[in-house]
Formats: sequence, structure tokens, C-alpha cells
Amino acid sequence: MKVIRIDLPLHDDVIQSLKAGDKVLFSGTIYTARDKAHELLVKDIGSGKSLPFVIKQAVLYYTGPIVSDRTGRIISAGPTTSARMDTYTEQLLAAGVRGMIGKGYRSREVIEAIRKYRAIYFSTIGGAGVYLAKRIKAHRLVAFEELGVEAVYELQVEEFPCYVTIDSKGHGIFDNNY
Amino acid sequence: MRVIKVDELKKAVSGICRSAHYDFDVDLLSLLLVYRERENNEIASDILGIIIENIRLAKESSIPLCQDTGIGIFFVEKGEEVFIEGGSLKQTIIESMAQVYREESLRKSIVSDPLYERLNTGNNLPPVIHWEEVPGDRIKITFLPKGAGAENMSQLRMFNPLATREEIINFIVETVSLAGGNACPPLIIGVGIGGTFDYAPLLAKKALLKPLKALSESTDRSSVDNIERSSTKQSLRERTDKSGEQRNREFWLEMERATLARVNELGIGPLGLGGKTTALQVSIETYPCHIASLPVAVNLQCHSHRFQSIII
Repeated sequence: MKVIRIDLPLHDDVIQSLKAGDKVLFSGTIYTARDKAHELLVKDIGSGKSLPFVIKQAVLYYTGPIVSDRTGRIISAGPTTSARMDTYTEQLLAAGVRGMIGKGYRSREVIEAIRKYRAIYFSTIGGAGVYLAKRIKAHRLVAFEELGVEAVYELQVEEFPCYVTIDSKGHGIFDNNY
Repeated sequence: MRVIKVDELKKAVSGICRSAHYDFDVDLLSLLLVYRERENNEIASDILGIIIENIRLAKESSIPLCQDTGIGIFFVEKGEEVFIEGGSLKQTIIESMAQVYREESLRKSIVSDPLYERLNTGNNLPPVIHWEEVPGDRIKITFLPKGAGAENMSQLRMFNPLATREEIINFIVETVSLAGGNACPPLIIGVGIGGTFDYAPLLAKKALLKPLKALSESTDRSSVDNIERSSTKQSLRERTDKSGEQRNREFWLEMERATLARVNELGIGPLGLGGKTTALQVSIETYPCHIASLPVAVNLQCHSHRFQSIII
């Protein structure tokens, strides 16, 4: 297993060098977005509104973290099921998103869109909420505060572990399963 | 009639709601360690290592090991001779759970209406409560916070009553296969066979509460032999009855073993990224059913398998 350290933002040449099965450790900025945030982002794109963060080359993390009431820090933040985001994925890739972090399989359409836009899909460890939260060094609310746990946060991560699950050529780590 | 004061009840319910999130089952941890040893897929072994490290970190810092702290599910077995003084049993359970979710920074994941607007209730209410009245003067309450990833991949099928054991195993294996990484494997698999369209899934959920078997027990037949030996002193008639019961028990144990073996041959592995650790346990609960029915429900549970019980 190849382990590669990557500083974000994610550049096209880096994306294209990664292969399904590689492990990466991300450092830099990523954005959380799950179900409801996807719906709202796609709506904003459709109506030509400006987006709450720079979407070009962005990496999205499908998660709804726990923010501690006491310390205000993110204390548990594992991935949620990616397949629920499938219907909105192509529009976000067309708008500039290049990396997605979640868990589980993606639809045929998403795999096709990943190939078309030379994007990339990573899995991270479902259930390892505390381990992953320790690699989130800071966070900032950037949009949709009213969604609570589903709001969009900007995260500063350090050595955040992910496994390349569908690479930019559309190859899956488990071609039979995906 | 035995009187239980509402304050005592409140303390008990708060206690299990809290500890379910932080006190990880040591048997589950041992199983993860054993499976990691056996794993020869590098990614699978790496992921299992992180899952184990996460359990340690969660316990050490009293932080929920998974951010999905679930929908609250309660199983209440209330003794017929119990009287609750000073309040309602149901209200006490609901309020105690809400208080723990509020005080402990647990994620609030419940929306008030499943389709219309889907607004978060903000307090993780309401829970789902299963009631049973039982003989005696005790109350047993079990709290199972259940995440959505594995719950969403669970299935029910109404089989033809002449379906074979193999067809049912195939259905369980197919359910796990369709779930892939979505359900957060390695899984605990609860299976409910029999009853009705509504009852089989409840049996499957109850099956998740069965004690975990160490890996050796899945292949060890000595416990079965011991029971058989102890029955030899009884009369012939008793012995015949006993062995019928015994054969029945053995049939289901064998089916649990066979299903687990088949599931772990799928190659799904932790996170669905490959490996032989797809499930840690298959537990089956059964119930009589109609001559024309054979319902089978498969309730999947992720490796963040948390629950606590208390008897008052």
C-alpha cells in the first residue's frame, strides 16, 4: 500500500497520479457537505448565485460532525454514506469540485462523471469519529447555519487519512463492487 | 406490588444512555483484534488498526466513537408486579434520554417529519420504544443507539414457506453484498426468522443484543456436547424431547456459523475496500409463524455496536 502525503488544494497532476488502492494523508482545507447542503449548493449553482466558498479544485467531506458544546471544537467526525449524494455529484463536479471523501459505493453515473471531470473519490474510516476529529485542527462555519449538523464547515486538516476508492480514470479499488 | 420511584428510574435510564456511548463492549474489541491478526489484506489491516485505535481514544476521552450517535431504541420488559411511583415510565425514559443527549454533546439526528420539511427536533426525540409485559417484579431496560448507515441497508423478505435453509442464507449474504461499504463493515448481523411482516424485523433487532461469540466458539462444538452428556440421566421420554430441542438449537447455531463463513468469503472487508473481515457475528432469533408464511428480516449493525441494559 502506497502512502502519499498531499498538501491541499488538490492539483490536477496530483489527482492524475493517484491510483485506486493508494492511501493518502491530506493536509490543508476541505469542506463538509452532506444531504441538505448538496441540495442547496446545487440550487445556488443553478440560479447563478455566488457560492459560500471557492468551489474550484475543492475537496468535499461527507460528514455531520459533533461540535462540543463545552469547547466549541469538533470532537467526532467520521464519514457518512456517499451514495446519498450521487444525484447532486455531477453538477458539483461540473462547477469545479475535484475531490470527494465519504464511505461506500457510488453510482455508475458518478463514476462516469469522475472520469469526465478527472475528479477522484476517497473513502475514509466509517465509525472512527474520534480518530479523524483529532486530525481536524480548526473549523469555521461557512454556510447554511440553519441546517445545524448539516451546515457547511471549512476544516483545516492535518494528515487526514483516506483511501483512493475511484481514481480519475474511473477505476475502482474493487471494480466488481463499484 | 413492588414500588419503584421515578427518581430511581431516571437515574438508571440516564446511566445506560450515557454508558452506551462510551463503554465499548470488550468482547467486540477482542473480536476486532483477532480478526485483524487473521487479515492478510494490507488496507483491511490498516483500517482495522484505526478502528481499534479509535475505540481506545473514545474511551480515554469520553467522546462518542462515531459522530452518528443514532436514533434511540429502547427495549422495555416490565414486570407485571411493578408500580412506578411519581410519574410515567414512558415519559421518564423519553426525558432521561433527551437530558443525556443535551448534556453530553451527543449529535441530534432526528427530524420531526420523515418527508414534509424534515426539520431537526433538536433534542434527538422521539426514541423508538418496544414494550413487553413479563412476569415478576423487575424492569429490564435496554438502550441501543443505532446509526443510519447500517440501518438503511437492512432488508425484509417474505419467503415461500417451502424455501430452504440455503435460500435464506443466500438472502442474508445478498443483503450484506448490496450493503457493501455503506453499512460500515465489519458488521454484526441480526436475523429474524418467523412471526409476521412486522415482527420479523423486531426479532432481527433483538438478535443484535445476543452476546458475541469468540471466534473459537464459532467452530467449537464442546458446549453442545456438554449439554447432551448432562441429559443422559433423564428418562427416555425426557431424553427424546431434550434431544429434539437440542437438535433444533444445533440447527440454528450451525446456520449462524455457515452464514458467517459465507459472508466473510464475499471479500467486501472493512469499509468495503476488500479483505476477509466483513462480519464478526451472525445472530438469529426465531418465532413460530403461519403455515403459509416465512418472513426473514436482516438487520445490519456497524462495528460501532453500542448498547447497555439495566435491571431495576
